[in-house]
Order: sequence, then C-alpha cells, then structure tokens
Amino acid sequence: MTWALLATQLLNGLQLGVLLFLLSAGLTLVLGIMNFVNLAHGSLYMMGAYFAAALYGRTESFLLAAIGALAGTLALGATLERLVISKLYQRDHLDQVMATSGLILVLNEVVRIVWGVSPMFIGLPEALRKTVTVMGFQYPAYRFLVIAVGLLMGAGLYLLIHRTVVGMLIRAGASNAPMVSALGVNIGRINALVFAAGAGLAGVAGAMAAPIFSVQPGMGESVLIQVLVVIVTGGVGSVRGAFYAALIVGVVDTIGRVLLPSLLGQLFESSVAQAAGPALGSILIYLMMAVVLAVRPKGLFPVKHG
Amino acid sequence: MKLERIRPTVAAALLSLCLGSALAQAPAPIRIGFLATFSGALAPLGRDQYDAFMLAVEQRGGRLGGVQVQVLKEDDQFKPEVGTQLVQKLIERDNVPIITGITGSNVLMAIAKPIAEKQVFLISTNAGPSPLAGAQCSPYQFVASWQADVIAEVVGKYAADKGYKRVALMAPNYQGGKDILAGFKRLFKGEIVGEIYTPLQQLDFSAELAQVTASKPDALFAFYPGAGGVGFVRQYQQAGLLKTLPLLTTGIIDGTTLPALRESALGIVAGHVWGPDLDNTANRQFVQAFEARYDRIPSNFAAQAYDGALLLDSAISTVKGNLSDKIAFAAALKSADFKSIRGKFQFGRNNFPVQDLFIFEAVKDAKGRMTMKSIAAPLKNHADMYAAQCLMK
Repeated sequence: MTWALLATQLLNGLQLGVLLFLLSAGLTLVLGIMNFVNLAHGSLYMMGAYFAAALYGRTESFLLAAIGALAGTLALGATLERLVISKLYQRDHLDQVMATSGLILVLNEVVRIVWGVSPMFIGLPEALRKTVTVMGFQYPAYRFLVIAVGLLMGAGLYLLIHRTVVGMLIRAGASNAPMVSALGVNIGRINALVFAAGAGLAGVAGAMAAPIFSVQPGMGESVLIQVLVVIVTGGVGSVRGAFYAALIVGVVDTIGRVLLPSLLGQLFESSVAQAAGPALGSILIYLMMAVVLAVRPKGLFPVKHG
Repeated sequence: MKLERIRPTVAAALLSLCLGSALAQAPAPIRIGFLATFSGALAPLGRDQYDAFMLAVEQRGGRLGGVQVQVLKEDDQFKPEVGTQLVQKLIERDNVPIITGITGSNVLMAIAKPIAEKQVFLISTNAGPSPLAGAQCSPYQFVASWQADVIAEVVGKYAADKGYKRVALMAPNYQGGKDILAGFKRLFKGEIVGEIYTPLQQLDFSAELAQVTASKPDALFAFYPGAGGVGFVRQYQQAGLLKTLPLLTTGIIDGTTLPALRESALGIVAGHVWGPDLDNTANRQFVQAFEARYDRIPSNFAAQAYDGALLLDSAISTVKGNLSDKIAFAAALKSADFKSIRGKFQFGRNNFPVQDLFIFEAVKDAKGRMTMKSIAAPLKNHADMYAAQCLMK
C-alpha cells in the first residue's frame, strides 16, 4: 500500500469516526446521565436524514436542509422526551429497550407513510460534488465538509460541557444525578435538554450522511450497532471517551477492512484470504472492544462517579 | 312440516336452484396468492411487482384468461419463516391453486418445496436462485423473470466485447453476491485485478473504492442491491470516478433507485432482461399504461410481474379456467404462448426463461427524468447454465 492510499484511507477512517462521534455523543450522555437505554437513537439519525432530504426537495439548498434537520430533530427529541422517555426513567432497562424498540417501528412506519418506501433524493451544491487532490489522490470534497462539521460540533460540545454552567450541571448529573437533584437543580429540565441535544446531534449526523448513503426507511438500524461499540469502548457517559473511541473505531474499521484481506493474502492462499478477509475485517471492531473491556472494564475514558 | 315453515323453505330451495344454475355457468373465481416483500429495504421491489400485476388484472376487467381472479396480497417481510407461514395459510386456508410474486430468493428457497409438494403452481416474477434451476426443478414451479446469474453473465460478455482487459469486481459478502461475480467471470475472459467482498451491512465503500482505483483497472463491475447500491453510486460520483473509471453494474440502477440518484447515475452501464425502451408494441403499451396509472417509470421488477400476469392470462385462457387438470395447466404455462413485453420469451427445460439479455445506460429522457436506454444486446436466446442439471423432460 502506498503512502497516498494510506493517507486516503486515514481520511476515510476519520470521516467515519466523526459521523460515529456525532451519533455516540448524544447516546452516551443519555445513557450516562439518565441511565436510559435509547435504541431509537438510530431512528433520530434517520429522521435527520429525511428532514434534510425533504427540505432539500423544497429549497434546493443543502445548507437550509441541514439547518432544518437540526431544528427538526431538536424539536422531535424534545417532544419524544416529554411524551415517552420521561415516563420511563424509573423503569427497568428492559422496559426502556422495549419502549424504544417500539419507537423504532413507529418512526419507520411514519417515514414510510409520509415519504414512501423508495429511497429519497438529496443533492449537493456544485462545489461539494467535486474532488480535492490529496497526495496525488482524488478525495471527495464533501467528506472534508463532514470532517469539518463533526470536529466543529465536537469543539462546540467540549466548550458547552467544560466551560458553561449548563455543561457543569450535565457533568454533575453524569456523576451523581440524585445529588444534583437534591441540591435544588431541576434535573427534569436538564434531562430534557440532554435528550433533545442528543437528538439534534443525531439529526446533524443524519443530514451529513444523507448525500453519501441511501435515505430510506430503516437506515438507522445498521449504524446503531457501531455506535453502541463506540460508547462501550469509550466509557458510558463520557463525551471525551466517545470522541476518541469514535475516531479509533472509525480508523481501525476502515484500515482493517482494507489491510486485512491483503495481509491474509500474503500469509495464506488467495481463496482462504478472500473468504476470511471480509469476515475478519467486519469483526475487527468487536475484537477491539473486547480487548479494551478486558483491560479497562469501564472503557477508555470512564466518567468518575462521585 | 309446519305451515309457516313451508314458504321460507320453498323460497330458499327455489333461490338455491337459481343460484346453483347461475354459478354453474361461469367458472369459479380463481384465487391467486401474491407473496412479495412489501416492507423493509426491498419494499420498492415488491410494490412495483404488485402494481404491475394488478395493472394487468385491471386492464382485463379483474380477470385473467377470461376468469375473475381474486388476488390475495401477503407480505413476507423478506423473512423465509414468515414466507413459509404465509404460504401455509394461502394453501390450506385460502385454497389457492397459484402463488406468484416472490421478491427474495431466500424466501423462494424456503417455500419452493412445500408448494410443489402440495401441487400448487408457483410463478416467481423476481427471484431465480440456481438450485431451483438445476436439481430442484419441478413441473409446478416456473420462474418468469430470470435466473440470478444471467444478469451478470450479460455484463461479462459486454465487457469482453468492449475489449476491457483488466476488471475489478465488488459485491456484498453473501451467496447472492458470490453467484453474481461468478456469473460475470464465466463470460469475461480478461484479467480480474481484484475481487472485493464487502460485509453485508456495510454502506460506506470509500475505502474499497480507493483500493480499486489504486490497482488501475479498465472498468469496475459491481453488484449492490438495495440501500447499499444507492450509497455506492453516490460515493462513486463523489470520488470523481464516474469520469475516469467505467462502472458496469447489475442490480444497482433500475427504476426504483434512479429517482433517488438522478444525475449521479449518468453514464452507468447495467445489464438486465428488460428496459423501458425495448422496441415492441406490447412493451410500449405497458410503459404508457404504467406511467399513466402510477405516475412513474416502471422498473424491471414491474415488467417481470406484468409478464407473469400475461403468462397466467394465456395459460388460464388455454385451459378455459379449469385448473383441476394440473397436467394440462402445467403444459399451458410451459408453452408460454403470450406476447411478452420482452419480445421473445420461452421456457427452458427447467421452467426458467430462455431470453435475450440487454445492456443499458442511465440517461435522461425527453422529460428530464432518469431512465435506462438500451445500448447493446450481447446475449440472444440465452439459457442459464443450470438447465442441464434439471432432470425434467
């Protein structure tokens, strides 16, 4: 593999990591602070993609579509939190899993009724449909935008969590929620804010992903598993953990998928490499998660519970 | 008998006599089970199949072969176990003599034997897996669409005809993907510079595309059904490859995905059994009627199901609506005596089609919509390679 190819694959891994971070940041906060398992997070990602595609259809502007997706999922997250999620905080994790699984089915059907079963079209501005030359390689310009947006939101989230009062309350809630409530903070409002923000982040991820993948019912399910791997590897409740774990998972998954088949091809004969390569490449991130958990059971950057 | 009982009894007897004689005139309505995938990722395919089938039925006043038909629509959700349960219900509770539709080959493999054992006729208008074309063929089982490998074989032949010397291959890592790439290699005799199987759920192909570009092939042949395909084309276009590396495909661009892809699909080549611009009267009428009824260009899935309906129409007409003589009905189906929208159509020994195969390019039509234009016909009267393994006469 040449340096140029390696650089391209690193960029691909970075872009995947950034998308995973946008998704896992919200989910890890919800799981860490509210102790709530939200399987419908992937569906919020899908709603973001659908809002973006629908708005693009109306306005032909990708910027408006992305902003609209953020606003839409913020509102949707806040609504869901008030109507469904807040009733389930005291319940068993299994009840939460069942309820949010039901939400997945409901959202899939809503999407199917409103927008149909066929994939939706979304376009990009002319400038973003081009490629940029990186070390002699052509790399899609749009992916640089995805990386930029992801890193920006990561920086914004860091500033929010570490430099504002609200962020301090969120971190306190992640550490010891009953104590925060006992100190007179309206933990219900914090919870609603965190859930809505998580939904908004998922919506932005969906809007960013829409031009790369297919916008169709059920698109949230496949990405959910990778997000769960990221959260567990990084440490539940820790946004910093989610950031590093997402980048690691993104890069390991991408480079592994590409390197493993050729590596196996040099050690074994080609038919074995062809059969084993893709299979091993797809389980690489789970192997990594198992190794991390064996060494540090609480994840890479666990939240210190007071 | 009491007096007040006599009149209603006589009236009932007279009524049943009249009804009986009336019913004896017309053949009983034929129930047809339509089992396809209407939910999940393959829902657009099942929807197109059903819409086209019902268009044919509506055009004939709710009849096929001159007999009223009752189409029972069932959703197998792309799950073999759900398909098996629904087939059981259709055969035992609804007593259907015919089951058609069938989107996914995983479902078809699960239901083929139970249906044949009950001597119910199965007419698949999409799935065509190789075991059913070979040793597991059956006189009750007809595939009116295509055997899975042939849509790849035609692209392999086209690549050879075009003079491509080095081709890279990509497909998802499951039996269907492997069969497709094997079909391509069967008729393409050049050098395969890379054969990449991606994990089934993977949607981001940027890493693999970078790898393929690095090996500098003359063309790339890819097979990605469903959501993966739409993403694949988008990523191909965003990587700037549409202008530099010819993309040969099957199962990626068709009437269900082109509306979502629009210009990012321009210039992509695909192999298939049918396209909207095939030059025969039946096809022109079909496309016009479908567009007028459903306001979209029909996909090949719609075309296959419409042909299936035409096949049933001709066979039911031949036996005059009497399906109790199964041997006669099987013979009527096998003779395939109808004006197919594909032009020429006949069944091979294994009840799979022997048909022409075409190459299409994604272009914009006069109304600015994306459609497929036929650019080559590399295989004529092409039979699948499994027919020899079928021991039927």
